[in-house]
Amino acid sequence: MALKLADYKTEVHNDWCPGCGDFGIVNALQMALAEMGIERDKATIFSGIGCSGKTSHFINTYGVHTLHGRVLTFAQGGKLANPDMTVVAVGGDGDGLGIGAGHFVAAGRRNIDMTYIIFDNGVYGLTKGQASPTLKLGEKTKSLPSPNTNYNVNPIGLAVASGFTFVARAYSYDVRHLKDLIVKAVRHKGLSFLDVLQPCPTYNDINTRDWYAGIDLAQESLDRHARIYKLEDTKFDPTVHYEDESELNEKLSQALIKSLEWGNKIPIGIFYQNEIISEYSTRLTDKIPNYLENPPAKQTISENGLPNTDISQIIDSLRV
Amino acid sequence: MGSVDFTWLIGGPQGSGVDSGANVFSKVCASMGYQIFGKREFYSNIKGDHSYFTVRVSDEKIHSNINDVNLIASFDAETIFRHYDEVSAGGGILYDSDLTKVTVDEVHTLDIYFKERLIKELQSKNKPLTIAGVLEIVQEKGVNLYPVSFREILSTLSEQTSNPKIKGMVRLFNVISVSLSLGLIKMSIDPLFKSLDSIFAKKPQIAEINKQAGIFAYDYVKSKFNNFPFILSGTTKEPDTLLVQGHYGCSIGKMVSGCRFQSYYPITPASDESVYLESNELLEVNNDRPGSTAVIQCEDEISAMGMMIGAALTGTRSSTSTSGPGFALMTEALGWAGINEVPIVITLYQRSGPSTGLPTRHGQDDLSFAVHAGHGDFPKIVYASGDIEESFYDTGRCFNYADVYQLPVIHMMDKFLSSSVVTCKEFDPKKITIDRGLLLEKVEGEYKRFAFTEDGISPRSRLGMDNGVFWNTGDESDEFGHISEDPIIRIKMMDKRMNKLDLILERIPKDETAISFGVSDYTIISWGSPKGPILDALTMLKKEGINIGFVQIKLIHPFPTDYVKFLLKDAKTIINIEANYSGQLGKIFKQNVLRNIDYSILKFTGRGMTSTEIYDSLKKIVENKANKREILTHGA
Repeated sequence: MALKLADYKTEVHNDWCPGCGDFGIVNALQMALAEMGIERDKATIFSGIGCSGKTSHFINTYGVHTLHGRVLTFAQGGKLANPDMTVVAVGGDGDGLGIGAGHFVAAGRRNIDMTYIIFDNGVYGLTKGQASPTLKLGEKTKSLPSPNTNYNVNPIGLAVASGFTFVARAYSYDVRHLKDLIVKAVRHKGLSFLDVLQPCPTYNDINTRDWYAGIDLAQESLDRHARIYKLEDTKFDPTVHYEDESELNEKLSQALIKSLEWGNKIPIGIFYQNEIISEYSTRLTDKIPNYLENPPAKQTISENGLPNTDISQIIDSLRV
Repeated sequence: MGSVDFTWLIGGPQGSGVDSGANVFSKVCASMGYQIFGKREFYSNIKGDHSYFTVRVSDEKIHSNINDVNLIASFDAETIFRHYDEVSAGGGILYDSDLTKVTVDEVHTLDIYFKERLIKELQSKNKPLTIAGVLEIVQEKGVNLYPVSFREILSTLSEQTSNPKIKGMVRLFNVISVSLSLGLIKMSIDPLFKSLDSIFAKKPQIAEINKQAGIFAYDYVKSKFNNFPFILSGTTKEPDTLLVQGHYGCSIGKMVSGCRFQSYYPITPASDESVYLESNELLEVNNDRPGSTAVIQCEDEISAMGMMIGAALTGTRSSTSTSGPGFALMTEALGWAGINEVPIVITLYQRSGPSTGLPTRHGQDDLSFAVHAGHGDFPKIVYASGDIEESFYDTGRCFNYADVYQLPVIHMMDKFLSSSVVTCKEFDPKKITIDRGLLLEKVEGEYKRFAFTEDGISPRSRLGMDNGVFWNTGDESDEFGHISEDPIIRIKMMDKRMNKLDLILERIPKDETAISFGVSDYTIISWGSPKGPILDALTMLKKEGINIGFVQIKLIHPFPTDYVKFLLKDAKTIINIEANYSGQLGKIFKQNVLRNIDYSILKFTGRGMTSTEIYDSLKKIVENKANKREILTHGA
């Protein structure tokens, strides 16, 4: 029986603030899972800590709500041990780019076949609105005692520099576009990163829904999200097409340059995609030929309660 | 001990082949039937600082080092300065005769504190502040000197083989030292050749040069010196004997126990284990296709812990190995594994703390920390191995405990164990069982990961399993694993988890929790690596008619109070022995058994305990001459 969208929803009460951008992301994720027809028991959503961390409880697949900043470590361990499952990790920008920044960079270097979605709102919501890593220098959201004293991190630029092989940005109020990007990210062979701009209606009074809609710009004909435009509607080609250093460097640098656009024109869509760089399981397969057929989670380790591993060669080499 | 009890010490700058020299020497002696106990000491340094290796050789089973050294094989001045006073009368020092004029000041790697003590000693004996000075001291004590010019050996060998390159090959110093030693003790050199062939299997030319140097040095020393009183010509070989490095017990134990995922971050002395596992990542499996261990080097210990938990949630037996500083970083996730009832094994190779402490030195510093690691109340097991052979079987137990009780297990090892090289009885995989507890093979109907059951242990699904969907969270949760702050659920969940501590004490067989080696009026309690030196010290005392009991405690948390009380009921005086400052086991013992420790024998210099110093302290205790707190100091 084909799975419907409703099959991916749990009965857990959702306690996010009314109007929160997170709703769009959880809906898009459920829609994407339904569209891809991924069985509930063949996917695991790992989540970090914060408002976004509760996401895994709202989705009716395996859900692992981990620790602050550590979601990628749990997710990578799970995926490496059981590469047959679809793994999506989610978390806030404070979780992934503040306390978890080291893991973000290291995960990029590994390029394990999974997806990481950051709920990017510029504030630490659940602790009442402190500045998070993506808030711009000098900005003062409403619960800050004084303007932010730190420069902002550029999630797209950092992902590209760290080795992520699919790097994209979405907007949480454009749910259909976000859903399409999640599908592409999950289907990408390698580590995909999705930076989702997600207004926090309670604590971020700068990058609000109205701000993304461009109400302040006083343009004559406003579309729904006037500040935002889609890269796929332009001539921008994010894909690395062939194995060549200059091709690679060009695609990496154009992604970085594009990621710096902000203000009145904010690009969303795919910034960079590279399926030529080896995904981690192929690196493992180079040394463990049957890793994918017989991964850690599938191996038999005993027969009738006794070990079945044969260590006689090692023991022989140690005999005096 | 038997008729042969010989201790050999090789020293030199780090990176000069001291380790490989000692390994070869140990291998040769073991292949001639002797029992070996070797121990490696080194600075936190890559090249240049002093490292040394002590190898004790006997024709009977030995479990430790002793204080006295019978032969020093040296090729640098520092080794002589640092170790000359360890050689007992009748022993010998093999040294490079070109070094006799080297002064204390010329050896830049001697630290000022040691130098001050050495100069004071030489001045008090009216000796020159040179190698010649210390050699005079030992000679007066009755130590034999065996001067050999290493430069001359190389140049003669170079001429004989018409290979001018050999003249400058200081890399040959270690094989020369080993061969000189073998010549002095009249051991056959054939096993040395075999060893060199296997070490340099891929470089036959290098093997050949090493062999030439070896035979030359061997013949040279035999022709020149004939008065060394220790002759080791071979003995009857014990069947099924292995020569193993300290970390092999846990590594091979992990392979056998079915550990298929190990994540780690490099740290001394734990990473040897992970590197060994990765070097042997492909596994032969009976009646099945080949298996493998995924060994993943992480960006830090936090990641190693997270990855291990992620892997364990898929039903894979997973572990990490680390040392104190790394374990400190793991504690937040340890609590996560506790509240989510995830079976994991952390092999904790302790070293001297606090902080970076003595990073390459021994210590049993982390017992209190391991028992209390993590915020909040959650169940865990802390289990300690006393020697390398034990650590193989204990690894199997740790994985079973983790699976059966669904909790983190901390397996306590230490630097003394991990950098020992010993002969031991062959590891027998048939003595390891695999019990995965309530791990499900399939799920039917509604599934609740944390279902309330009679004993608190719930059937366990795994990520990716058909119909087994569940949720985990570090928050308190309901039976499905969804967040719950309900006070009644909170009480039930805390009871469910914490009840495991009682189950463990009820269900784990008593002889896995503590081992009695006999109980007397005076009885020792201890844990971990002091076991070996204690056993040897007790044998020495027994020969003098002094009987002292010994109870080795293996399960430290939850503490097997009733069983330990039972074992110690006839003991009048309790002596606690461990390698840390505060007597951490002693405190745990006192807290649980409600009985005082009468004497403590403690060591925290970072050097392993010898049986000699334990013997000395125990003797003082029975003669009523001891301090309540005996502090051991032996070792350079």
